[in-house]
Amino acid sequence: MRITFTCNGRLTEADGVWEGESLLYVLRERVGLPGSKNACEQGECGSCTVYLDGDPVCSCLVAAGQVQGREVRTVEGLADGDELDPVQQAFVEAGAVQCGFCTPGLLVQTHDLLERQAQPSDAEIREALSGNLCRCTGYEKIMDAVRLAAARRAESAERVN
Amino acid sequence: MRAFEYAAARTPADAFARTTPRTAYLAGGTTLVDLMKLGVVEPDAVIDINGLGLRGIRLDRDGLRVGALERMSDVAEHPVVAAEFPVVAQALQASASPQIRNMASIGGNLLQRTRCGYFRDVATACNKRQPGSGCPAQTGANRGHAVFGTSASCVATHASDLAVALVALDARVELAGPAGRREVPLADFYRLPGDSPQVENDLRPGELVTAVAVPRLAFARRSTYLKVRDRQSYEFALVSVAAALDVRNGTVRDVRLAVGGVGTRPWRLPLAEQALRGKRLTEATARQAVEAGTADARPLAFNAFKPALLRRTAVRTLLALGG
Ligand SMILES: Cc1cc2nc3c(=O)[nH]c(=O)nc-3n(C[C@H](O)[C@H](O)[C@H](O)COP(=O)(O)OP(=O)(O)OC[C@H]3O[C@@H](n4cnc5c(N)ncnc54)[C@H](O)[C@@H]3O)c2cc1C
Ligand code: SF4
Ligand code: FES
Ligand code: FES
Repeated sequence: MRITFTCNGRLTEADGVWEGESLLYVLRERVGLPGSKNACEQGECGSCTVYLDGDPVCSCLVAAGQVQGREVRTVEGLADGDELDPVQQAFVEAGAVQCGFCTPGLLVQTHDLLERQAQPSDAEIREALSGNLCRCTGYEKIMDAVRLAAARRAESAERVN
Repeated sequence: MRAFEYAAARTPADAFARTTPRTAYLAGGTTLVDLMKLGVVEPDAVIDINGLGLRGIRLDRDGLRVGALERMSDVAEHPVVAAEFPVVAQALQASASPQIRNMASIGGNLLQRTRCGYFRDVATACNKRQPGSGCPAQTGANRGHAVFGTSASCVATHASDLAVALVALDARVELAGPAGRREVPLADFYRLPGDSPQVENDLRPGELVTAVAVPRLAFARRSTYLKVRDRQSYEFALVSVAAALDVRNGTVRDVRLAVGGVGTRPWRLPLAEQALRGKRLTEATARQAVEAGTADARPLAFNAFKPALLRRTAVRTLLALGG
C-alpha cells in the first residue's frame, strides 16, 4: 500500500509499504530517518518515541496504515538547521548520553514535557519519562539534563520578553 | 507477522459489512499491533475504526459518557472527569506510559488482553490462545495471576486499571452491531474463564464498543484509585483498589469497592461494601469488612502474598478517603 503523511514538515510518500510495517519501520527503512530507535518493539522502552499529530507515541506500535494523512515529527525534526534544540544541547552538556539508544526517545518525550510544563518538579519529570527506559546512565544525568533544559528555556524566554 | 489486509471503515455499517470471524478492529493498536507482532493474534484483515467518530466526553444529568475512541490521556486529563470521578482519572494516570496513553483508546483499554506470559508466548501452551492446549500457569510462573474467579482452565488476570474503576461505579458499555444497539453493565460484560477462557466478554460478532456511560454518583467526588506494583510507575498492578466513599460524621452511608490485579475480571467486593454501610469507619471496621469481602481468595503457589497485600491496600484506601 501507499501512505502519505507529513514528516518533519515535509509531505512524505512511502510506496510499496507492507501492511504489517510499523511507523517506526517506515521511518527508519523507507524515509531514511534512523534517529528513532528500535529496541523492544513492544511499547515498553520508549526508544521509538515520535510526535504523532503533536503528541508523543511509541512508533513501534503504530501500524503504517494509521499514519495516512497525519503529521509526524521525529528527533531529526527537533533541531533548527545546525542549531540544536535546547533539550538536545542540555543532554550533550549534562553527559546524559552513553550508548545513545534511548536518547532520541528521551529527547522527544522531554521536548513534549517542557512544552506543556515549563518548570516541572522532579516527580513530574520522573512520571513524564517513566515510559523511556535507559540501561546505561542510571537516570541521574538524564534528570540533570531535563532540569538544565528547563532552566535554559526559562532564560531564553526571559530574554525574549 | 502473518500477512493481512488493512482497511479503514468509513461508517459503522461499513465496519460490520467487512467483519468475518477472521477480522479484527483497530483503535490505537497498542494491544492489537503488539499481539500481531508476537503472533498471538493473526487476523486476515484489520479494520481501522478511527474514522468512525465515537468521540466525546460529556457530563449531564444522567452522568458521564465517554466515546470509545477517546484517548486514555485526554480522558485522564479532562477537568470534569478529574473533579467528578477522580477514581477514573487516577486509574488512567496510573496506566501504562504517557506515550501509550496518547495512542490508546478507552474501548481498546477495556478490551485489552491479559499480560499472562504464557498467553504472549506462542511457543507454550495456553487455553486462552489455543483452546484445549492446557494452562501452564496453574503450576508455573503465576506470581502475577489471579486469586478470584479462576478455573482449572485459566488463572489470568484482567489487566485494565480503568475497568476496575468503572466497575466500582456501575458503568455500562454501549454496543452497536449488525443487529442493532444495546447496553450492558460493564461488570456483566466480562466473562469468567470457566472452561472457555478464550471467550472473554459478551461482544457479539462484528459488535463495536461505542461508548462507556458512568451513572451520576455525587459521592464519587470522594473516590480514589490506589495501585501497588513492582515499580512506582509504568507497571501493571500486583493489586489495586478503586473506592468511592460517602461518609458523614464518621459513619459510612454508602461505599463502592472494586479491586484489580487479583481477578480474572475486574472484581467488585459487594460483601465488603455491605459490611461497611452504616458502620463507623475505623481501621477495625474497615479491616473486618475487607476480610469478609475477600474470604474467597484462592492463591496459587507464587501469589500467596496477594490476599494480604490486597486487604492492607483496601484498608489504607478506605481510611485515606474517610479522613
Ligand atoms: C508497555 C505497556 C504497558 C501497559 N500498561 C498498562 C497498565 O498499566 N494498565 C492498563 O490498564 N493498561 C496497560 N496497557 C494496555 C493499554 O492500556 C492497552 O494496550 C490500550 O488501552 C489498548 O487500547 P488501543 O486503543 O490501543 O486498543 P487496540 O490495540 O486498537 O485494540 C485492543 C483490542 O480491542 C479491540 N477494539 C478496540 N476498540 C474497539 C471498539 N471500539 N469496539 C470493538 N473492539 C475494539 C481490538 O480489536 C483489539 O482486540 C499497557 C500496554 C503496553 C503496551
Ligand atoms: S492463565 Fe490463562 S492466559 Fe495464562 S496460560 Fe493459563 S490459560 Fe493461558
Ligand atoms: S521500540 Fe518502541 S517502545 Fe521500545
Ligand atoms: S544511554 Fe544507553 S540505553 Fe540510555
